[in-house]
Amino acid sequence: MTAFIIRRLLHGLVVLILVTILIFFAMRLLPGDPLLIYLAQRSQALQDLPPEVIEQLRHEYGLDKPLPVQYINWLSGIFRGDLGDSYFYRQSVGNLLRERFPITVYLGILALIISIIVGISAGMLAAIRRGKWLDNVVTPLTYLGVTIPIFWLGILMIYIFGLKLQILPIAGFTSPFVDFSLSTRQLIMPVICESIFGIASNARQMRSSMLEVIRQDYIRTAWSKGLGERVVIFKHAIKNSLIPVITLIGMGVSFIFGGSVLVETVFAIPGVGRLFVSGIFNHDYLVVQGITMVMAVVVLLVNLIVDISYGWLDPRIRYG
Amino acid sequence: MVKKIETSVGYNGSVIDFYKVPPRFTEWHRFRRVFLSRKIVLFGMVILVLLIFTAAFANFLAPYDPYIPDMSNSLLPPTAKHLLGTDIFGRDTLSRLIYGSRTALAVGFISVAIASVIGISLGIVAGYYGGIADILIMRAIDTLMPFPMIVLALLVAGLLGGGIHNVIVALSIATIPPYTRVTHGLALSIKENDYILAQRSMGSGHLRIMLRHILPNAFPPIIVLITMMLGSLILAEAGLSFLGIGIEPPGAAWGAMVNDGYKYLQDSPVLSFAPGLAIMLVVFAFNMVGDGLRDALDPRLRGLL
Repeated sequence: MTAFIIRRLLHGLVVLILVTILIFFAMRLLPGDPLLIYLAQRSQALQDLPPEVIEQLRHEYGLDKPLPVQYINWLSGIFRGDLGDSYFYRQSVGNLLRERFPITVYLGILALIISIIVGISAGMLAAIRRGKWLDNVVTPLTYLGVTIPIFWLGILMIYIFGLKLQILPIAGFTSPFVDFSLSTRQLIMPVICESIFGIASNARQMRSSMLEVIRQDYIRTAWSKGLGERVVIFKHAIKNSLIPVITLIGMGVSFIFGGSVLVETVFAIPGVGRLFVSGIFNHDYLVVQGITMVMAVVVLLVNLIVDISYGWLDPRIRYG
Repeated sequence: MVKKIETSVGYNGSVIDFYKVPPRFTEWHRFRRVFLSRKIVLFGMVILVLLIFTAAFANFLAPYDPYIPDMSNSLLPPTAKHLLGTDIFGRDTLSRLIYGSRTALAVGFISVAIASVIGISLGIVAGYYGGIADILIMRAIDTLMPFPMIVLALLVAGLLGGGIHNVIVALSIATIPPYTRVTHGLALSIKENDYILAQRSMGSGHLRIMLRHILPNAFPPIIVLITMMLGSLILAEAGLSFLGIGIEPPGAAWGAMVNDGYKYLQDSPVLSFAPGLAIMLVVFAFNMVGDGLRDALDPRLRGLL
């Protein structure tokens, strides 16, 4: 077990380093001189600086050093929490992220919890009532859930619940510490949008792995011992059916981050998803770089945890 | 087809024809029977045929010009003249929807072609050679994995500067990992077969073995993956164009149409609803056809792809 965890951690570390290298060099592949872009964004007048001054600045920012040295400097800056400054918002990227990342994470965690609970129960029910009306309702819905464009679902819900029925606020975000009930009502639609894909894919996976498990000999043994349905399903079937579903949770985090880009745009929620989109359009590269970095690292860490817990749940995997 | 191979005359003068009869039940029959056995797969197939037909003949099918503004007919509700109404510039929504199918299909097919060729080649090379090639390629793919697909695509498209070409490049890069991972696993198991050893002993080169033996044997899962990826790509393209990255105005893309309609949701909800429904229908069709192909080609893939 320890060897397995160490191997996974090492692998995670290697990929983490590769991810930072990729992000760093992707930003350096930008057409144009990063210093000139930066200066042009800061102020129009600075563009006409004499070449000697530009050379001086280049030296000050360390941009005259070879790329590997620049990469090390950039990385050590990140460890000190220095992600550079946003020229558009006139504040440090670190501050922007501290302000907005919690909002995205709050929504994301709610969506993740809902997608796990609802998805797994729906899939389980569909499997144990295979072919009955419940299965015939749930299974087609899971097919729709993975095909629906979430931004469109958001707009559809805004139209129905916000504009026509007027029972939910159409957009915006309020901190739950300021006004809990308003905050929760504003969150209902965005959280549904962000979790719909996860619900559907968890339900599909759960249904098919549960159908696989209830065919096994040990389940037949449990039935023939005269155990009740509740005991057979909850004590024997669920645990083993859950294993393939757990791997999906790692991917689920990635989908939720991806979804947050669209959902936060539709519902005007000031999280990092929306910040990312505005960063792309404003050419606010350091903001884009910072957000990409944080998202990738979180997804990587969650997958690492999932991988390790997977090995713990299913001992066969450790020796694979 | 039944082919006559010989004719002879019987003892009583009757003519007897001899036919070469093809086998009653071929692999193709089995494939066709399983593939067409589910109505929903058939439905998906019909939608895809209609979609390709619509994209191919958009200029004949569209009742109006999708690009020329006509401010006097701005935001008309659906009527017999404009089945889905008109947008803020007075352009017919149905015509723009029909032209939008071209964007969706073009982006989908071209990105899938680029990503699958690169991804499959990398996967086969990594799986077949193993060793350092395997480590380098698979670590590179692992590096792309933690990025949410739409974030990676936005990043690449944003850095390259938008436009439909850059969206295709961005989506291709973002979708390489699944192809590589699937083919890598397949190549690892296929190369252990005796027929690969036999090829080696007969002196076949590595390239020949990879192209003539590993690739065809890996084909069934790959074709299923490609079909499913077409759906995801159309969904991702819709997301990007919804955010404003992709085809330049006045070009028509379904995601961008949803966004344009969003501003007039109160007055004319059909502007947003219709293109979204089109996206959903097409993605659903690709997924169903992918499902049907999987069951018909290799039912063991159920739950894996």
